[in-house]
Amino acid sequence: MADLESFRAELRDWLERHCPPSMREPADLEKDAYWGGRRDSHPNPEARAWCAAMASRGFTAPTWPRAYGGGGLSREEARVLEQELRRLSARPPLASIGIQMLGPLILEVGSEAQKREHIPAMVRGEIRWCQGYSEPGAGSDLASLQTRCEDRGDHFVVNGQKIWTSYANHADMIFCLVRTDPRLPKHEGISFVLIDMDQPGVRTSPIRLISGSSPFCQTFFDDARAEKRNLIGPWNGGWGLAKRLLQFERQSIGAGISRSVRRETPLPEIAKRYCGERDGRVADPLIRDRLASWQIRQHALESTIRRSQDEARAGQAVGTASSIFKLCGSELNQEKFELLVEMLGVQGLGWEGEGFEAEELAATRGWLRSKANTIEGGSSEVQLNIIGKRVLGLPD
Amino acid sequence: MALVLSEEQELLRQTARELIQSRAPVAALRALRDKDSPDGFSRELWRELAELGWCGITVPEELGGAGLGQLELGILLEECGRTLAATPLVSTVLLGANALLLGGSEAQQKDELPAIARGERILALALQEGVRHAPYQVALRAERAAGGFALRGEKRFVQDGHVADRIVVAARAAGAPGERGGLALFLVDARAPGLRALKTELVDARNAAQLRFDGVQVPASAALGEVGKGAEILDPLLDRAAAGQAAELLGLAQAAFERTLDYLKTRVQFGVPIGSFQALKHRAAQLYVALELTRSAVLEALQALDEGSARAPQLASAAKALASDTAARVCNEAVQMHGGIGVTDEEDIGLYLKRARVAQRSFGDASFHRDRHAALSGY
Repeated sequence: MADLESFRAELRDWLERHCPPSMREPADLEKDAYWGGRRDSHPNPEARAWCAAMASRGFTAPTWPRAYGGGGLSREEARVLEQELRRLSARPPLASIGIQMLGPLILEVGSEAQKREHIPAMVRGEIRWCQGYSEPGAGSDLASLQTRCEDRGDHFVVNGQKIWTSYANHADMIFCLVRTDPRLPKHEGISFVLIDMDQPGVRTSPIRLISGSSPFCQTFFDDARAEKRNLIGPWNGGWGLAKRLLQFERQSIGAGISRSVRRETPLPEIAKRYCGERDGRVADPLIRDRLASWQIRQHALESTIRRSQDEARAGQAVGTASSIFKLCGSELNQEKFELLVEMLGVQGLGWEGEGFEAEELAATRGWLRSKANTIEGGSSEVQLNIIGKRVLGLPD
Repeated sequence: MALVLSEEQELLRQTARELIQSRAPVAALRALRDKDSPDGFSRELWRELAELGWCGITVPEELGGAGLGQLELGILLEECGRTLAATPLVSTVLLGANALLLGGSEAQQKDELPAIARGERILALALQEGVRHAPYQVALRAERAAGGFALRGEKRFVQDGHVADRIVVAARAAGAPGERGGLALFLVDARAPGLRALKTELVDARNAAQLRFDGVQVPASAALGEVGKGAEILDPLLDRAAAGQAAELLGLAQAAFERTLDYLKTRVQFGVPIGSFQALKHRAAQLYVALELTRSAVLEALQALDEGSARAPQLASAAKALASDTAARVCNEAVQMHGGIGVTDEEDIGLYLKRARVAQRSFGDASFHRDRHAALSGY
């Protein structure tokens, strides 16, 4: 206990000295995030400085081993760090797909050389990563992927196409699922390979959504080169790694959705403003009832997430919790935006420009973007399949 | 507070489950119904439960109880919900004992709680007058009379109203129906002259009664708390009632779901178990998710009540609303998924549907509690 408190005191002092003023304001997670990378062009130099400072202590990856540049903190210390950052309203120093998804996998199954090559650069934000999984012909049926990787002796050659690669047009490296043996059953002929994006054989093209521009891209591999040392895990052993990594992805989507809810005007306030107020109540009884219903279920989901964590900590058996969260969280988010857009009336129909408040336009865009929540990261139908089979034990 | 049960609470749940499954399975409810049992519950079972400490679970130790909280009571209620066990647990322990604990004088508590703990006294709460739960819509009058009051009016949907030894009745001493002020709770002897109870046969084969008060005389000392300020006891009492009833609904829905899951795995049509059909798998998965959310809401509400949290009323309403909707959804799906046998009396699943309906309506349905949750949340 005493150690923890002296750690907190030292940390508080260090943060006070190293967290720049502009990093102490709440950020729009999408617009202001600092992603690092070789082509970093973030307009605010304080963002770069903040990342460098935090990375110097490994605080961009607090619980990762010090040997690879991580913070080496215990869970309790990491919680203290989180609390102290929140106390300053400090922004996350680095947004990183690498840290969120790839790093944990490399630390689990990578060779010593791979850890040394990739982890420190990831922690410092020097290399920016993107994920190459889905293909136009391989979405829910990911295992049917066709992007081909051939052994040319001293290197690999990759041909094919990936889709829904977030920020591929800004990334330095991609971690990719590739087909390495088309003769084997589909799950068994897949490998996990890291590929450099900065080469003539790799081209990206951004994807526009119904909600406007998006970070998603298509990525094309035309005789692209991959180094042999960047094969993660065994040859043809990629499917198991892919599933492991999807668990890290699902956790981060769930956490992301609940984080983004906090910064907006609460729905009851919007309801009163746009639907009228009578005696302190939302004037439209149907909207009011739907809002109460949504709030009750949203809170119950948050309590269920907490309960599952508490049960795990108490050593009590836990079900396939992540599927519930993804399924429920995405549906509740959609319901929230349906309610919101409805409350706004015609002010919820604006696309851009004059005559609409920024928050109104954001609501409309958010409503459209939310349609993807039940599709991305494992569609709701897939989640229901998983619950039916693995949790309820229903037969095939 | 962590959303987990302590070791003792887990143990309580396990022993309660084993006991109720063996001593009050669904067949026991059927027997009470088919024999037209005038009591509507087994006095023998109630005595047994008393000996095991159930009746006095929330009664302070110095008055012969276990001194535990709403969460422990909720665990018992949930286990009873699983087998549709018909006992005075709701009327006497959830309502009666809580009314005394929240508003009874020292003398009243000493007179009643030990007997309740011994399983020797049944209580009932007479509150509702209209067709829907509306706590302040009390028209039954408490008129000043010699030495106390005379009660005049009618109550309906009184659980265990015809077998109770004492009735906790909500009366109006001042003001008009609908107003929160002017209410008074009285502890009335069931054999008092002028008090008549009519047992009603509801769909769930459980005990409910209509009560008629024809100038029933009660001494001033029969008042719980201050006359005219009865809402101060009634409000927190109804929070506990809502959360406790939600616990029973949760157990009921969970058991109905488990039975349905079993059926999906064993019923064969077209050469395969029907649980292999994706449509049914998906619907079952959705029910599972609803049950998990409901479990969290009920647990959180019961804990908040025991902690005396300022958010307890909101959470109790959330739990009752969610549990009511989940139970309705689960039971409707359960009957549907059982196919033809689901609508037969011989199959137990219909009994779950019927009990769920009555329990949904008790102490405020989902619509009532969504409205209350919104009001408490400031909109």
